[in-house]
Amino acid sequence: MSAIYYTEEHEWLAVEGDIGTCGITEFAQEQLGDIVYVELPEVGRAVAQNDEIAVVESVKAASELYAPVSGEVTESNDGLADDPAKVNADTMGAGWFFKLKISDPSELENLMDGAAYAALVAGQG
Amino acid sequence: MTDRNSFQTSSGHRGLDLAEPLIFELDSPGRSGVDLPDPPDVVNRLGGLERNADIGLPGLSEPQVVRHFVRLSRNNFAIDAGLYPLGSCTMKHNPRLNEKLARLPGFADLHPMQPMETIQGALELIDSLADWLLTLTGMSAIAMSPAAGAHGELCGLMCIRAALEARGDAREVVLVPESAHGTNPATAAICGYRVEQIPADVRGRVDLAALKEKLGPHVAAIMLTNPNTCGLFENQIMEIAQAVHEAGAFFYCDGANFNAIVGKVRPGDLGIDCMHLNLHKTFSTPHGGGGPGSGPVVLAEALAPFAPLPKVVRGVDGLELLEHGVEESFGRLKGFHGQMGMFVRALAFILSHGADGLRQASEDAVLNANYILARLQDIFSLPYPGPCMHEVLFDDGFLNDTGVSTLDFAKAMIDEGFHPMTMYFPLVVSGAMLIEPTESESRDSLDQFIASMRHLAERAVAGDHDFFAGAPYLAPYGRLDETQAARKTVLRWFPEVQEAAE
Amino acid sequence: MRYLPHTPVDRQAMLAAIGVKDIDALFMDVPEGRLLPGAMDLPHHAGEMSVERSLAALAGRNVPAGAAASFLGAGAYRHHVPAAVDHLIQRSEFLTAYTPYQPEVSQGTLHYLFEFQTQVAMLTGMDVANASMYDGASACAEAVLMAHRVTKRKKAVLCGGLHPHYRDATQTVTQFIDFQIDTRPANPDALEDLANLIDEQTACVVVQTPDLFGRLHDLRALADTAHDKGALLIAVVTEVVSLGAVTSPGEMGADIVVGEGQSLGNALNFGGPYLGLFATRQKYVRQMPGRLCGQTVDTSGRRGYVLTLSTREQHIRREKATSNICTNSGLCTLAFCVHLALLGEAGLRQLARINHGKAVRLADQLATVNGIEVVNQAFFNEFTLRLSRPAAAVVSELVGKGIMAGVPVSRLHPDAPDLANLLLVATTETNTDEDVDALINGLQDVL
Repeated sequence: MSAIYYTEEHEWLAVEGDIGTCGITEFAQEQLGDIVYVELPEVGRAVAQNDEIAVVESVKAASELYAPVSGEVTESNDGLADDPAKVNADTMGAGWFFKLKISDPSELENLMDGAAYAALVAGQG
Repeated sequence: MTDRNSFQTSSGHRGLDLAEPLIFELDSPGRSGVDLPDPPDVVNRLGGLERNADIGLPGLSEPQVVRHFVRLSRNNFAIDAGLYPLGSCTMKHNPRLNEKLARLPGFADLHPMQPMETIQGALELIDSLADWLLTLTGMSAIAMSPAAGAHGELCGLMCIRAALEARGDAREVVLVPESAHGTNPATAAICGYRVEQIPADVRGRVDLAALKEKLGPHVAAIMLTNPNTCGLFENQIMEIAQAVHEAGAFFYCDGANFNAIVGKVRPGDLGIDCMHLNLHKTFSTPHGGGGPGSGPVVLAEALAPFAPLPKVVRGVDGLELLEHGVEESFGRLKGFHGQMGMFVRALAFILSHGADGLRQASEDAVLNANYILARLQDIFSLPYPGPCMHEVLFDDGFLNDTGVSTLDFAKAMIDEGFHPMTMYFPLVVSGAMLIEPTESESRDSLDQFIASMRHLAERAVAGDHDFFAGAPYLAPYGRLDETQAARKTVLRWFPEVQEAAE
Repeated sequence: MRYLPHTPVDRQAMLAAIGVKDIDALFMDVPEGRLLPGAMDLPHHAGEMSVERSLAALAGRNVPAGAAASFLGAGAYRHHVPAAVDHLIQRSEFLTAYTPYQPEVSQGTLHYLFEFQTQVAMLTGMDVANASMYDGASACAEAVLMAHRVTKRKKAVLCGGLHPHYRDATQTVTQFIDFQIDTRPANPDALEDLANLIDEQTACVVVQTPDLFGRLHDLRALADTAHDKGALLIAVVTEVVSLGAVTSPGEMGADIVVGEGQSLGNALNFGGPYLGLFATRQKYVRQMPGRLCGQTVDTSGRRGYVLTLSTREQHIRREKATSNICTNSGLCTLAFCVHLALLGEAGLRQLARINHGKAVRLADQLATVNGIEVVNQAFFNEFTLRLSRPAAAVVSELVGKGIMAGVPVSRLHPDAPDLANLLLVATTETNTDEDVDALINGLQDVL
């Protein structure tokens, strides 16, 4: 069973065991517009919570993604290079960015759940 | 009956709207549009580095080249054709006298490294222009070499950093308003500074109290535009300058909007330490589809020693270029001496207007923008109360719940015969529409523009969003797919791979 | 005043529509005492005839390069520009258009930018080029910053034959960030060994070819060494016509090629405006500074062009931008494009052969003059002479005879007394036999 967490930077983290899959939220992709390019982290890279880890670009904007928790990158979604539109079409599914092996599960407590994130978006919308 | 709009020709041309391929698609190998003499018959001395592989350039005759570029030109909007109300760009008339004078062989056919005695007139022209700019701005010194506004910004900030380093106190942070142009933080980063933002107050100006809180011994400089990017004069500018100086920092002013105040106000009287000028905005040198520009920087006495090289100075034998040996200078920014071609044009503009004309031009620029404000404010939404300076800022509040965005509105302006205004800048308001008519527009021209804008606004508010979504309908091209351009980048032409015959 | 359409009647009516009594009411935010009470104490407006007289007088005090026997190079070259070029760039729709941010009404500009990018990629032998930069020197500086971003390393090695303006612009733009420039000394007599200076901390090595002294460099071995160490090779070309005769830097393995485009389409203009050329490999395209034009389609499927990859640029990335650059060289770029379209492959190669041929002939003749030694074995259209005494004085003595003999190296390397006797001599298709005779005779007289 995976639990889904959210960050203030409009990223989601789906956690199963000690692996977290990360992407950007519906709200983020709507704000950015058509995604044209993503820059993904190298497999094996170690990151601390809130380190800059990826970049997502649309025609009119570019945004950094920050590591939602500390860990090591185990996989990057290379398919996004050829078809960045997946990020718009399927943000929580085929539009995933990278997977992390989570080093400190207690950091998950800093993140929001679905309800808290929905409230955040409502406030910003 | 044949309908104008659905009429299809066999050629793809449509009357005077003539389709045109790329020059590479008009190639005939060996053909040339230039007749050259035979080369001297020598054994080459290229050290074995002869270029044998084809370059791939297409061959065309002169008539084809002329026709090609004439056809291309007809797909461009231009100031000569109509109003370009681009805020912050100052799309004023580009006088043709300037073009004639810039082409005099005595200016155009000068090599930058000619001996000093053969270029005294050129140095005097630069000196003369420098004098005018110093007098108009009320400043002490000027760097003429920066090639464009952003380059001038870099120059100003480098002078500041050099001055601070000379004091042994380089500091870390540059303060920039929320409404600033993107070049400001980019420039600060090259100078090794971090940027912190200063919020605006409800009147669209810098929040002085918030600024004072941000000032401290770690702040190197503030970068302000005045009039600011909302088209408003920073009425507390002298208090700002005082606070900045008390904190030991410098005041850089982005001079993009100087057209509002030339001959009316001297930036030097307001307490600034340096300011770049845009000769291609305020001083009418042509925009040329994106360049070239020229961005000289005026400097206060405290910054003058750090100005870049070269400088035009008076020596015993006349004017000369000082190119070396100035310890404090922060260095050289580009090759040679500066945008001489733009200096000639700018000086011609200045001499044509004179002190009285320049002052009148600023007044007319401000008058024109306020006229538009007065005649549109009942329908458009004005985020900051007037009067404005040379440009007026509206936001997309009036488009709420219409389904029409600022972008859609802009595209509909094209069909009405106007280039869209600056859109989505500054970022401090939603869906910004920044309109700068300049002094070159007559009352008739402004009335036409106002009438069109009112018509479009009424149509948008009435809910006709489908119409706007499909605009423009009458331009040579419809909306272009920017997403595809960025996803599948094709940045040059490639020769087609020959398919093997089946 | 001929450029201001309003009459006093217009102004009054507009003030009334705004609802203010006079224009100064609109300047109410100007601080007390800072609004100038009247026109400044400077000359008043002047008619065309008067302005023309003033500026023509200034122009008349200069000696145009064409009025003397001119052999000046050092990064700017006098070539013949066909009449059609200047005529086309003065068309209203090119001259007075803005940056093509609204592509539906800017396809003229965007279309030629796409052609220009293609021309530059072809000339340099690279995959992709941008829509131009301010000039060659600032393009060189930007290339080094790009190498820093790509490799994340903090050192650059600049060859001794790099034009000092390019060296200086590069040093200026890196002086306040954590980045070191290692500039090799200028030595026209020996080819330096840059390979030994590249290590795992090197972001890039910058080599100019033809270099300041006119020498040509085979970059292949250096490219291999650089790549082995993970560094980028940046090639600099200050005379773009050389690419009509000399192997392109792209073919030799360069990662970035920068240069000066002035030679094509653009007059000498006393040093500006010029245009910087910038080309690179496809894999680095997102790190490339400057404007880029890309192909796409419009709503009816028609092929068209737009500015693209703007997210690299300052108006979006702001402090994370690839550069603070906000412009390209517009009209200079168009002039380059038109001139090269007129020349074509055959014309450019012929032009290059003429330039090189004249230089070979000139070098041979100069070598026979007492007190002159030709330093270069190989060159394109510019080479270095070693004179029997300081070159600056020799040049000065010849000016009075209507000869501009070349650029003394001491003007660009003032702190190198061992280079003081060196003179850079360039020749192009614009030099006549009379020019050559004057130069030879003049040098014979003074040396």
